[in-house]
Amino acid sequence: MDKVLYLAMSGARETMRSQQAHANNLANATTTGFKADFAQARAMQVHGDGHESRVYAMAERPGTNTASGTLMQTGRSLDVAVDGDGWLAVLDSNGNEAYTRQGELQINQFNQLVTGSGARVMGNGGIPITLPPFEKLDVGGDGTITIKPLGEGAAELAILDRIKLVKPESGELFKSTDGLMHSGNNQPLLPDNGVKLRSGFVESSNVNSITELTSIIDLARQFEMHVKMMKTAEENSSAATKILSLQ
Amino acid sequence: MHGALFVAKTGLSAQDTSLKVISNNLANVSTVGFKKDRVVFEDLMYQIQRQPGAQSAEDSQLPSGLQLGSGVRVAGTQKLFQEGELQTTGEAFDIAIAGRGFWEVTLPNGDAGYTRQGQFQLNSDNEIVTSEGYVLAGGITLPAEVQSMTVGVDGTVSAIVQGSATPQQIGQLQLADFVNPQGLQAYGQNLFLETAASGTPTLANPGEGGTGQLRQGMLEGSNVNAVEELVNMITTQRAYEMNSKVISTADQMLSFVTQNL
Repeated sequence: MDKVLYLAMSGARETMRSQQAHANNLANATTTGFKADFAQARAMQVHGDGHESRVYAMAERPGTNTASGTLMQTGRSLDVAVDGDGWLAVLDSNGNEAYTRQGELQINQFNQLVTGSGARVMGNGGIPITLPPFEKLDVGGDGTITIKPLGEGAAELAILDRIKLVKPESGELFKSTDGLMHSGNNQPLLPDNGVKLRSGFVESSNVNSITELTSIIDLARQFEMHVKMMKTAEENSSAATKILSLQ
Repeated sequence: MHGALFVAKTGLSAQDTSLKVISNNLANVSTVGFKKDRVVFEDLMYQIQRQPGAQSAEDSQLPSGLQLGSGVRVAGTQKLFQEGELQTTGEAFDIAIAGRGFWEVTLPNGDAGYTRQGQFQLNSDNEIVTSEGYVLAGGITLPAEVQSMTVGVDGTVSAIVQGSATPQQIGQLQLADFVNPQGLQAYGQNLFLETAASGTPTLANPGEGGTGQLRQGMLEGSNVNAVEELVNMITTQRAYEMNSKVISTADQMLSFVTQNL
């Protein structure tokens, strides 16, 4: 059978996969702190005996776009956004330290500080933050949490803990299957004092919907070309059958 | 089938939920004591199609692999308990809470409900009730021939009775406070119910134990900001349109295959 059919098929299949990556970005265009994934295609040559003429396509995710989204003002004291580079440290479901920019923090029934999706927020000492009953809470520009304990006067403010903020080298973090960023081999990163936190703001998704939509249209046209190639392969094959037929 | 179809579908249903929350906020823009909601989006699981670091040949590794996201979901809604603006009404039975705390009322089934709507009225037994007719906890009953009622900032209720010039103290209003008000369950009718997440209520006289003081003749307006909600509505609508565009593109790709092959 003609190899061109399989080559075109691999192109079409991988285009559909890239399409899904872009669709996922668009679906998360309004998810707080979401970072868009890149998708790219790579040529994978088939090595072996004879002339190496077959080069299959392969879609892959080379990385995640860590550019900052727009900061949106909400006025809620538990909403925090990282200003510039840096990440909030949280615990993932396996108890490993992971990193996120989703700063819609809340308090669960065990008085623990958690993100909007329920991941516990880490303190600077490497222990997840638990809050005593408080009347008012403020998060400082460096992540320091100050509370006014319940029923105490305004002079009795207590400094509780500091949200762990890290600033890894670019490319050090990768997105895991739970959507959180992890460091290689899950080693906790050291806190960085230079990361700035803004209370009363959340960071919007950094997905550029125009770019994503354009990529989707572009990929759809590419897909049609692959299908056209398959059609041509079929025509070649049927022409050959006709010429070589016995009648 | 085409993976993008199902991913875009999750986008559509999440934006749909978001619009429902926004419209509920907008509908309650002038409800006294209403607290707005906000949806929290979360990206779904990523599927590993090709493991990063797997061997692509004996002496080479895949540098980045392929992990495909499967869309978005609404992780939950958050009630935002920012205070609404206080409006002066001059009505004696309008009482606003300036700060933390809730009014505790008794629901028809005997459970306690909590509200910040301070538009009270009198029922036929001269008890202080909410506009739904639920009795305010604390059991304050005004004398039958009351001329005027005064509520102090600390919750002391005094009344001037016919034929007497000196006010007589008839009771003390209390406020319920929760460690985590965001964990309360919204019940409708401006009421909230206690949950495991909110913790148990602690009762205190207004102004003590971290609760706010009372303001008679004032009401707390809804904390919905109409402009903010309209802007959210625009983003929701455009995100919805783009996700539906993905569906139609994926559909065209599939129909192109069926027509040509």
